[in-house]
Formats: sequence, C-alpha cells, structure tokens
Amino acid sequence: MDLANLLLIAFSAIIVENFIFSRFLGVCPFLGVSNNPSTAFGMGLAVTFVITISNLMTFGINELILKPYRLEFLQTIAFILVIAVLVQLLEMFLKRFVPVLYHALGIYLPLITTNCAVLGAALLAVESYTSVLEATVFGFASAIGFLVAILIFAGVRERLVFADPPKSFGGMPITLIAAGLCAMAFSGFSGIDLTKSIF
Amino acid sequence: MKYPITKHLKDGLLENNPVFVQFLGMCSALAVSTSVINGLGMGLAMTAILICSNVFISLLRKLIPNEVRIACYIVVISTFVTAVDLLLKAYIPSLSASLGLFIPLIVVNCIILARAEAFASKNGVLDSLFDGLFMGLGYTFALISVSLIRELFGSGTIFGIPVFDPLGLQPLLFFQTPASAFITLGVVTALVKAITNRVRARKAPKIKI
Repeated sequence: MDLANLLLIAFSAIIVENFIFSRFLGVCPFLGVSNNPSTAFGMGLAVTFVITISNLMTFGINELILKPYRLEFLQTIAFILVIAVLVQLLEMFLKRFVPVLYHALGIYLPLITTNCAVLGAALLAVESYTSVLEATVFGFASAIGFLVAILIFAGVRERLVFADPPKSFGGMPITLIAAGLCAMAFSGFSGIDLTKSIF
Repeated sequence: MKYPITKHLKDGLLENNPVFVQFLGMCSALAVSTSVINGLGMGLAMTAILICSNVFISLLRKLIPNEVRIACYIVVISTFVTAVDLLLKAYIPSLSASLGLFIPLIVVNCIILARAEAFASKNGVLDSLFDGLFMGLGYTFALISVSLIRELFGSGTIFGIPVFDPLGLQPLLFFQTPASAFITLGVVTALVKAITNRVRARKAPKIKI
C-alpha cells in the first residue's frame, strides 16, 4: 500500500466522485443546513469527524467479527447500530474532555446518525477496499468532499436569498436547481465519464 | 380507524407528499431516478418497508420506552430493510444490482423514520398501515414522474421501449448526468407546487362564501 494509491483514493473521493454531487449521499443535511456558511462548516466538520472514526470501526468489525463468522448479511444492521452508538459516545466524550469542540459540533452530532453519507461510506468502504488504512482514508476524504460541497453551496445560497424566482420556484425548487448547477460544475472533473456507472 | 382512507390517500400522494412537499428521502429520489424501472422498483421496495415498519412500530408503540425510541425504530427498520435487500438479491438480481447501495441505505432514509416518529408511534395499527401504504405510493409517484422525464430525454426510452428512435430524435446525454437529477426534481417540484397552489386558489373562495 503506497502513498500514491492513498492519494488517488482521496482525490477521487473528494473531487471526481463527490459524495453530494455524484453519489447523492447526504443530500438531506446538505439541503437542510446549508443556509449559512458557519452552520454548514460546523455540520461538515462533525460529519468528517464521525465518518472517519466510523469507517475505521465498521471496517474493523466487518473484518474481525462479521467475516470470520460469515455474518456479512447483517452488515446493514450491525453498521447502523455501531454508528448510532458511536455518535452517542462521541457526544459524551467530547462533552467531558473537549468542551470547545463539543460546543462547536454539539447540535449537529445527533443529526448525523441518520445521515446516509455515514452508512454509505461504511458500506462502500467494506465493498471496495481491502485494508483498514484505505477504508479510513476513503472515509476521511469523502467527508472532506462533503465539507467542500456544503461550503460551496452555502455560499451559493447566501446569494440565492436575494434572487427573485417565479412564485412556484421559490424555496426548495430553486435551491435544487442551484444544486444542479453546482453538480454540473463538478461533473467537469469527471469529464462526464458515462461509461462508468455511479453505483 | 381514526381517519378515512381518502384522507390518507390525499395526504400521501399530494398534500404531504414525502418528496415534493416534505423534502424527505431526497438522496434516493435523486440517485435512482435514471430509469422508470429503477424508480418503480425503489418506490415499491420503499412502500413495502414503510408498511411493515409502520405496522410494527405502531404495534410496539406502548412497549418502547420514550428515551430509546429512535434506536428501537432503527433496529426494526433495518431488520425489514435487510429482509427486502436479501429478497431482491435472490429474486430480482438485476434490479438489486442497479439500485445497489440505495437499498441498504433505506435504513437511514428520513421518510421512514419521520413516519415512525410522527405517525406510527401515535396512531393505531390500521391507520399506520394505510399511512405507510400511501406515503410509500406518494414516494413512488414522485420517483416515477422524475425518472419518466430523465429516461425519456436521457435515453429516449420509456420502460426500456425506444420512443425517440422511431421519431428520429436524439437523446440528450445531459439527462443521464447527476446534475440533471437535481434540476429535473427542482422543476417537477415547482410544477407540483404551481398546480396545488392553483387548485387551492380555486377552492378558497367557495369556502369563504
């Protein structure tokens, strides 16, 4: 496992296969908390934190417990439980030992359990990578991709407030169309490689 | 039953449509809307899971302690999701392959958790069953309407049957890109909003008189 390989994984997870704009993972929080850049940044950081640790743990559990006992069909249940417990633990740990970080991330942490980016990253990592390091780097980089996307979009939405769309386009429809335009910009990185499916 | 079926029907399909009005479950709605078959399959899988989880949670609503209810809901939901995932893999492997990750991700789909929390945990079994059925159908309706547009313009087919070829038209590759999912959903949502607003405006004066 060389550095170049890890960099390749990171680059493709952040830019080419961006979680939001090409894989559609984590779209709900993306649309929900991108109203202003500072909350978007807080959410992005909390997601990065959780995905990195959860990928490390779910990959370990898959290798050490599920695979030896041929329980892979329980992946979904096992992973979502691990993630829920992890988020709860993290919240308690941060509250006790790193209060600064807790106050910065606090309100976003409980929302993360049901963020499909976390479970998605865990399932994708188990499916496509063979070492813990690769899986963790993939998780971290995907989360950074989420952070980049949500920050860019928070900037876009700040401007969108001043726009005056037709009445029925107001609110969510115009937000979705703006997200579509951002996704178009991101598809430039992949050179619109249609031979490769996004799933 | 507390509510008539027609109320559930209207709520799920139009007035409280999970995708067009509540903006829940957007991830899967955007991702699998590349073809009508995918949209329909995903919608029906979701409906089945929604019905099962609603009924189960409604049955258990007096047993589940309030503090740990979300964790309990997630366990119930993920059980049904795993069952549906394995069934699809066994009997419709092609659909399972094209929906891929988004079947296991139904576990964290906000529609199911939202219905469990907002409806099934407060209402009887029959009401929850119909709520699950029509919310699921509302989601299916949204997926089909978006995927119909994307498949027609993106590949020139409907249900895999070529439509553009006999007419001598070329499909627009743009409708296969992720960006088009956001834009198509945005436009369809605006259309639904415009129609419901117009219907409401037409009804409003009658009530006043």
